[in-house]
Amino acid sequence: MPLSMTLTLNGAARDVVLDDPRVTLLDLLRERLDLTGTKKGCDRGQCGACTVLVNGRRVNSCLTLAATLDGAEVTTIEGLGTAAALHPVQAAFIEHDGFQCGYCTPGQIMSAAGLISEGLDAEDPERIREGMSGNICRCGAYHGITLAVQEAARRMAADGQEDAA
Amino acid sequence: MKSFDFVQPRTVAEALAAWGPGAVWLGGGTSLIDLMKLGVAQPDVVIDLGRVAGMRSVDVQGDGAVRIGALVSNADLTRDAAFAARFPMVAEALLSGASGQLRNAATVAGNLMQHTRCAYFQDAGAACNRRDPGAGCDAQGGVGGGVAVLGASPACIAVNPSDFCVPLAALDAVVEVQGPEGGREIAMADFHLLPGDTPDRVTALAPGELIVALRLPAGADGFAGHSRYLKVRDRTSFAFATASAAAGLRMEHGRIAEARLALGAVAAKPWRVAEAEAVLIGQTPDADLFDRAATIAMAGAEPGDDLAWKIDLARKTAVRALCLAAAGTPARMPALPASVFAEPAGEKVHA
Ligand SMILES: Cc1cc2nc3c(=O)[nH]c(=O)nc-3n(C[C@H](O)[C@H](O)[C@H](O)COP(=O)(O)OP(=O)(O)OC[C@H]3O[C@@H](n4cnc5c(N)ncnc54)[C@H](O)[C@@H]3O)c2cc1C
Ligand code: SF4
Ligand code: FES
Ligand code: FES
Repeated sequence: MPLSMTLTLNGAARDVVLDDPRVTLLDLLRERLDLTGTKKGCDRGQCGACTVLVNGRRVNSCLTLAATLDGAEVTTIEGLGTAAALHPVQAAFIEHDGFQCGYCTPGQIMSAAGLISEGLDAEDPERIREGMSGNICRCGAYHGITLAVQEAARRMAADGQEDAA
Repeated sequence: MKSFDFVQPRTVAEALAAWGPGAVWLGGGTSLIDLMKLGVAQPDVVIDLGRVAGMRSVDVQGDGAVRIGALVSNADLTRDAAFAARFPMVAEALLSGASGQLRNAATVAGNLMQHTRCAYFQDAGAACNRRDPGAGCDAQGGVGGGVAVLGASPACIAVNPSDFCVPLAALDAVVEVQGPEGGREIAMADFHLLPGDTPDRVTALAPGELIVALRLPAGADGFAGHSRYLKVRDRTSFAFATASAAAGLRMEHGRIAEARLALGAVAAKPWRVAEAEAVLIGQTPDADLFDRAATIAMAGAEPGDDLAWKIDLARKTAVRALCLAAAGTPARMPALPASVFAEPAGEKVHA
């Protein structure tokens, strides 16, 4: 029995008909909605390449059944910023060389965006490393990733204060 | 993945009515979906609990007990500042487990029910008595230190992988269950079963029973001032425990008035020994005393061919957890929760 559902995907309402409840959010995005920015690494929750935000929280889309998401708000790397107006986390990853091959990068960036909204203490690199430990980087770009997350968190906190003022 | 029917009940009653043989409950899916992909779990019906009302809050009850709804996420429980202040070892254990992403999705009930990480259990091609009673156990003589040194049987040597369950056992948590026959409560001590001859029976839940909440009894916050979870693992973060310990002390005038000690990753259930706690009562904290308690806790451990190191590691983990607890709960969650790479002693909470 096909399942009809509505998602808010990167800010826009989308009607989705699932022919099979086995489809994960990751496969829905990549195979059916042509949003291939979200990557598949392990497909088992172990690498973080598939990280997206669901209702503002970072999760592994490979372990999320799409059928559970009727009414949910999903943000993928495609919806975070634009080439013309990068999200602060995206800008900081470029500035600090937070990647090499780039395969883990969409997941790293979505995870960092989620982590910062969780109220990360950007002054402590150890807390950043711990908070980002669900994202594996096969190229070992961790040094740049840590600096990028630190910078983005600081900048977003400062912007937040300006907005509030 | 085998195909299945997918249902989304809105109430506990609807959920219970939807259950039949071949059905499974779906919490956050972080354990179950993985196993379904591996062909280890092959349900006919997946009952998504995500829409069931009334299981997402953390409530303080009249007597001071705290009731945690089954669907509260692992992350949300650690973010509840009042909860973390009263039960710091629970928050530290949760934060030492899995990753930020997984903790956002994982539910507390799913954590209790998570399946063993035994590599042979996860390999649908291997012989495993837990999956397939009577098939044999390929983990015997297999590789890795992730096996039980206490309470194992010839049928199964798997450990319970949960960090969360270790402090829950130490604090005498209670599991609230609803089923076709009505409601009942299961003490944490009785919740996970040792394998014996029936390794396929992992918990005391009967078929069709649903966890609706967990409860920490009134008084379990008496350990808040001297409470730690310590976890030894292959890497500092995002790895299951090789050995872990939850330690809590209630201090009165410099002496131990009450003590709790539970060990993780050494058996099919969190390992708690009453005599190990009893020797601490009335004493002043001291490493030799803690070593005596830890030795009692590990009594009867079986080294098999090559696990003497694990027994030693678990004992030392318990001693160190007790020492850390005696030093006082840190005022702020350590940057690396439950890590042996301790930061310099910071400010402690005021007990
Ligand atoms: C890569 C990885 C690393 C991890 N590392 C750690 C770690 O270091 N420490 C740790 O402790 N855990 C770790 N975990 C495990 C994680 O904590 C569990 O997968 C999670 O807690 C399960 O919760 P869930 O809600 O996702 O459960 P689900 O996957 O939805 O369900 C798990 C089981 O519980 C049953 N169930 C769910 N809800 C109920 C209910 N209300 N009543 C009865 N039965 C129910 C399901 O039927 C299923 O059998 C890790 C997991 C992964 C994938
Ligand atoms: S140890 Fe237990 S879970 Fe692992 S293969 Fe043997 S029977 Fe299966
Ligand atoms: S693809 Fe989801 S965590 Fe690796
Ligand atoms: S940049 Fe290559 S895997 Fe991270």
